[in-house]
Order: sequence, then C-alpha cells, then structure tokens
Amino acid sequence: MAMLMGVLARPTGTTGIWSWLTTIDHKRIGTLYLVTAFFFFIVAGIEAILMRLQLAVPDSTLISANVFSQLFTMHALTMIFLAIMPLSVAFFNWIVPLQIGARDVAFPRLNALSYWVFLFGAIILNLGWFTMTAPAAGWFAYANLTNNTFSPSAGMDFYVLGLLVLGTSSLLGAFNFVVTIINLRAPGMSLMRMPIFTWMAFITSFLLALAMPVITIGLIELGFDRFFGTNFFVFELGGDVLLWQHLFWVFGHPEVYILILPAMGIISEILPTFSRKPLFGFPVVVFSGLTIAFLGWSVWAHHMFAAGLGPVPDAVFATTTMAIAIPTGVKVFNWLATLWGGNIQLKTPMYFAIGFIALFTIGGLSGMTHAAAPSDLQQTDTYYIVAHIHYVLFGGSIMAILGGIFYWFPKMTGRMMNEYQGKWSFWLVFIGMNMTFGPMHYLGLVGMPRRNFTFPEGMGWDVWNLVASLSVLFMIFGIGLFVVNALRSARSGEVAGDDPWDARTLEWAMSSPPPHYNFAEIPVVHGRDALWEQKYPEEGHETPRPVPAGAADHEDDERHDIHMPSPSYFPLIVALGIFALGITLLLYRTSEPLGIAAGAIGLILLLWGSYGWIFEPPD
Amino acid sequence: MAHDAAMGQSEAHYTTTGLDHRKILMWVFLASDCLFFGALISTYMVYRSNVPTGPGPEIFDIPYTSVSAFVLLMSSLTMVLALAALQRGNSRQARIWLLATALLGAVFLGGQYYEFTTFVEVHGLTLTTSVFGTSFFVLTGFHGTHVAIGVFMLLTLVGASMMGRLQPQHHLTVELVGLYWHFVDIVWIVIFTVVYLIPSGPSV
Repeated sequence: MAMLMGVLARPTGTTGIWSWLTTIDHKRIGTLYLVTAFFFFIVAGIEAILMRLQLAVPDSTLISANVFSQLFTMHALTMIFLAIMPLSVAFFNWIVPLQIGARDVAFPRLNALSYWVFLFGAIILNLGWFTMTAPAAGWFAYANLTNNTFSPSAGMDFYVLGLLVLGTSSLLGAFNFVVTIINLRAPGMSLMRMPIFTWMAFITSFLLALAMPVITIGLIELGFDRFFGTNFFVFELGGDVLLWQHLFWVFGHPEVYILILPAMGIISEILPTFSRKPLFGFPVVVFSGLTIAFLGWSVWAHHMFAAGLGPVPDAVFATTTMAIAIPTGVKVFNWLATLWGGNIQLKTPMYFAIGFIALFTIGGLSGMTHAAAPSDLQQTDTYYIVAHIHYVLFGGSIMAILGGIFYWFPKMTGRMMNEYQGKWSFWLVFIGMNMTFGPMHYLGLVGMPRRNFTFPEGMGWDVWNLVASLSVLFMIFGIGLFVVNALRSARSGEVAGDDPWDARTLEWAMSSPPPHYNFAEIPVVHGRDALWEQKYPEEGHETPRPVPAGAADHEDDERHDIHMPSPSYFPLIVALGIFALGITLLLYRTSEPLGIAAGAIGLILLLWGSYGWIFEPPD
Repeated sequence: MAHDAAMGQSEAHYTTTGLDHRKILMWVFLASDCLFFGALISTYMVYRSNVPTGPGPEIFDIPYTSVSAFVLLMSSLTMVLALAALQRGNSRQARIWLLATALLGAVFLGGQYYEFTTFVEVHGLTLTTSVFGTSFFVLTGFHGTHVAIGVFMLLTLVGASMMGRLQPQHHLTVELVGLYWHFVDIVWIVIFTVVYLIPSGPSV
C-alpha cells in the first residue's frame, strides 16, 4: 500500500527553504507562527491607522462607508484570529515543551499541519482585499446582514471559508497541546508542579477544543445559507436571526478567555522571575484560571442584552458576568502579592507585565459596567465598548505578548534584546495606547456610536477623536522600535547565555537557542519552579539534586546523536489539500469547471497526504 | 545506530500517564465532536416545530428508521468483536468482524439515502423547503458524513489486514477506530430520540 500511495522519502535537510517547509520541530514551528502572526499584527495595525485617519476630523470623506466597514471587520478578525491567537500559539509551541521537559510536542507532524492550515486560512480570509470585497458585516457577522441579499459581494464567503479553515487549525493545535501537556511531562512533574504558563496553555487548549466547534457549526449553517440556499437565518422561512447570535457568542465569549489566559500565563512567569519570589498563591492562580474558563461558558448572552431576551435571562447573565470578575480579581491580587516584598528588577519584560496589570484592571472594571444590563444598554454600540475591548486585548494581551517576546527572546535566539530601546518602546506604546483608547470611554459615554464611518461636526466629539488619532503615532513608533530592536538584536545583540534572567522554569536549563532535541537527558522534577530548586536548594535539604538537563553538558558534542523524527512533506501536502477545498466553493461561484477542478485537486491532495502520512516510515 | 534507534524507541514510549498519545487525542477529539453535534442538535430543536411551508415531522417513518438504528447499534457489537479477536491474536477473525462492521455501516447509509430520497421525491421536503427541512437534513447529513468517514476508516483497516499489515500488536489502531465508531453510534441514539421519537410541541 505504501508503494501505491507513493510515499515520499522523509526530507533530511536542516537549512534552506525546504527545511522550513518540511520542519516538524516545535521551536521552528513556533518561530513560523511568531513571524507570521506579527506580520498580521502589523497588517491589522495599518487597518486601524486608516480608520483613525478617517475619524481624525468630522465629516471626513477620505474613506467610503463601505471600505470603512471592511476595515473595522478585518481589523477585528485579523487581530483576533491572525495575531493574538497565533502569537499565543507561538509561545505554546516554543515554550510548553521546554517547560515540561519534553523533546517535542506529542504529534510533531500534526503541529506542522496546524501551522500550514493557519497560514492558508489567513490567506483565504484576506483574499477579499484583492478585489476590495473583504468581509464588511463586523467580526460577529450578525444574521441576517450576512445573507446573499444584504451581503451580495463575496466578502462573507471569505469570512465563512477563511474562519472554517482557521478553526481547523486551532482545533488541531488544541488537541495536540492537550495531549502534550497531559502525556509528555517529565517524570515528577505533577499537575501542581507544572509551570503556570503551561497551565494557562492547557486551559486555553481545552477552551479551544470545546469552543471552536460551536462557531464551526454556525459558519457551516451560514455557508449553507449562502451557497446552497438553505433557511437557517432566513427570517421569512422561519429562520431565527437570534440563533446566530447565540451560536456566535457561545463561542465568542470563551474566545475572549482564549485571548487573555495565555497572556495571564506569560505575565505570571515574568512577575516571579523579576521579583525573585515564587508566584504568590500558585494553586489559587491555577484554580482561578480554571474558574474563569468554566464560568466563561455561562456569560455569553451579556453580549446580547440589547437583543431583548427578557428580564430573566438578562438578570441571570448579568449575575454570572459579575461572578467571573471574582476569579479575575483574585489573579490581579495574586500578581500584586507576588510583587509585594520582592526584590524587584525593573527590566523591560517587567515593565510590560506591570503595564498589563494596570491596563487589564482598567479594562476589567469597565467590563463590570457592562455586566449590569441597564447600564450596558446605554453603552451598547458606542465607543465605550471599543475602549473596553482595547484595554483588555491591547492593554492586556498585546502588552503581555510584547513582554513575552522580550522575555523569551534570549532563549529563542541566544541574544538579548536592547534594554534601552525596549523601555522606550514600552513607554511609547503605553502612552499611545492610553491616549488613543482612553478618550474613547468618554466619547462612548457621550453617545458616539461605533462602526460609523464618520461623525458630524458640533457633537462635542471633535477634540477627543483628534487626540485619539494623533496618539496612534506613539504606538507606531513604539511598535516600530520594538521590531527594529528585535531584528537588530537577533543578529548582533549581546550574547545571552543559558539563563540571563536567573529564571525559575526548565526552559532556562538548556543552551540558548536550545539544541534541536531540547533535553540531552529528560529531567526529573522535584518541585514547582524546577530550575530554581536545582539552582538554590533549600537549606537543610540533604538529598543531592540532579544536574539540570543540558545545563552542565550542552557543550558536549556527543549529544548530537539523540534521535529526533525527520522532517516530513505531508503536513504541507495535507494543508494544500485543505486550502484547495477551502477555495472550491469560492471558485465554483465564478466558474464551475474551475471550482470542480479545485475540489478534485483538494481531495486528491488530502487523500494522498493522509495515506502518505499514515504509512510514512518513522524516520 | 542500532543502539540509537532502540533508545529512540524506548523514549517514544514513555508517557506521563502510561496511555498512548493517540488514545488521549481520540478522547479529546470526541469531546470536541460532542460540541459539534450539540450545536447542530440545538439548532434542530429550535427549528423543529417551525414549519411555515411544506411537510413537517409527520412524514417520519419511525418503524423504518428504528430498523436502521438497530443495524447501526449492531455494528457496535461487531466492532467490539473485531477488537476482541485482534487482542486474542486472531487477525483473520478480526478482519471478518471489521468487514461486517463496515457493511452494517454501509447498510445504515443506504437506509439514510433511501429515506432522504423518499422525503424529497414523495413528500417534497428539501433542504430549502423550510427551516425544518434545512435543520433536519443538515443534522442527519452531518451524522451520515461521520458514519461514511467511519466506514472509510474501517475499509482501510480491512485493506491493511488483507495485506498483512494489521497484526495483533496494532490493536490500538482498531481500538481508536472503535472509539470513534461507538461515539457515532451513541450520537445516533440521541439524534434518533430527539428527532424522531419526541413529538414536537405546538409551533411558537
């Protein structure tokens, strides 16, 4: 059978473009995710800059209403699905196997497949820009604005198919990380000894595995409506437009925690390292993460207070929403208590982590004001909501991700990023973000509606809109400086050494960058903060500690014989098959033979790739 | 080199829980698949009594569908027998039971094909007639697709077995396909109950 399927010999190159196309090394895949996602972060930033240009002055005619709708829709989709989620996944890939003492993830080829499917999904989602028919119904895409009558362009088709393909990628990645974290922990690493970032990756992966199916079904139903003329969301034939909102937000609210829990994990690593103390109340931080994830399933209708569900559902969802503030607040106090009495070292990652606490708390507090349904009715669809989500997702997730890049950069590249420039980029981003999104609280409370392409003069909104637009410059320079800093440091930064921050967890036990097999010997873990325990054994502890894996002997070249699985062509082949199937319906709309051809090619690639994958020799 | 390979082997088998990675992967996938069906079944329950035009649930032929449900349930029995045979070391018997499972699955799919054809041609219920038709066909069709993928996997196993590539040491592969197959059966019990057996209430 193997012969019939034409199995390709496994590629062996370790340099050049083919080695990247066929890699199954979690560290390289992490780098691919990081670079791709940062690229899309900048794309989304450019979309935001265009919107702020349009809104700088009243009655502006720079951008048409239609293009503006495409911009805000794509800005949200790009930031959520193509920037923050994959940036988090980049850290899962890079850091989780190192933190748990594993040589790779449980399914290395599946991991490569997740990346390629993600890339192709991102391409499908962005195809609309080539014809200026990007999705324009908002990232939430409320029915029935999305059907063929009200969205006749191909924009919503890109939305449906792009998100279906991206969802496939997220699901595969989530399955992989759940299995990896359950099953590849080093001996002695019980769940409560697991580093906090890995814990948050674990919880996030469960959320992904359970939330993505719900949006997938919503998208399939919308796709059936658009492509096959069904009636899921056709009001005249009995379709219920509220059903879309329920399906979307049952996914959409856990998605919020999918975006923020990895960020919380990152700063929960940074704060103890630079306070030189263990994370305060480790078990409580873990359980509050679990509680957030669990309660996250019971709050979705707070996005729908304005839909008129009635007083009882509104009251229930207002209560659950307020309840979720409790575990979140617990985390904030644990972070503060971690700082308390610590030997605090104000390095750049610490700036970003402390910035996270401040900004995320502001965003959390404005979130509580939406929890009360009557107050939310005043805020719905105003800039107050825009301010809130940017405080939690930019002030929260993006700040933590920038801090995380700075923190783990030495491990990834072997070189330090420049501290001086790092602090400059922190202050520029911090000031810019507050001056751009801060005034939006006020604009929203005085009634400025969101998603409108312009606003009239004389509403009292002019000054703060101009301030918000001008302050974007700070963020442009801040992020620009960060990118320049990273690129220059990767080539000529100060050499980092194994453990430049004197950190606590196992990823710092090996050389920087790590050897391709990670650990020469799989470490044995005796406690939480495994590396710290080995570096600074407690007094009175007589038992000798084993040497951290790789720390002592990574210079030893005899270790290069550790056998790792070879690269593989099949993840890319299967992903290309999924891509061809993804664009089949799009092509079919414009030209039937082209669509059938794409479908046939997709099926062949998928089948060939899958059988080749299964029967591929192990090395 | 032989030493290296042996080392790689022994380490590849180390897992924290002692369970194989693939088994946990299958369970996580099934947990995820529950939510796929959960969302679809919810959609159907919202829409089942909403029949503004065309035929409604009165066209269901419950005795007929009961028979095909019975066929699918029996295929779970043959699946168990296939795995048991392989674990006993009887590859040939395992192959026969796998083939029987695939055939029972195919009979179920044939039954669904006939049912769909009857609904469309005799009763005039199509995918686009009403939300009832839409949600019925998409839900049961989604389940049918799962069964079809299962049949495909079973036939792949039968093919591998005929080429001598499915030996007793590969019992985990059969067990994983079995997990999937039993899950698809259990989902059918839920769908059969919700869609066919529970009468729909008055239209709201």
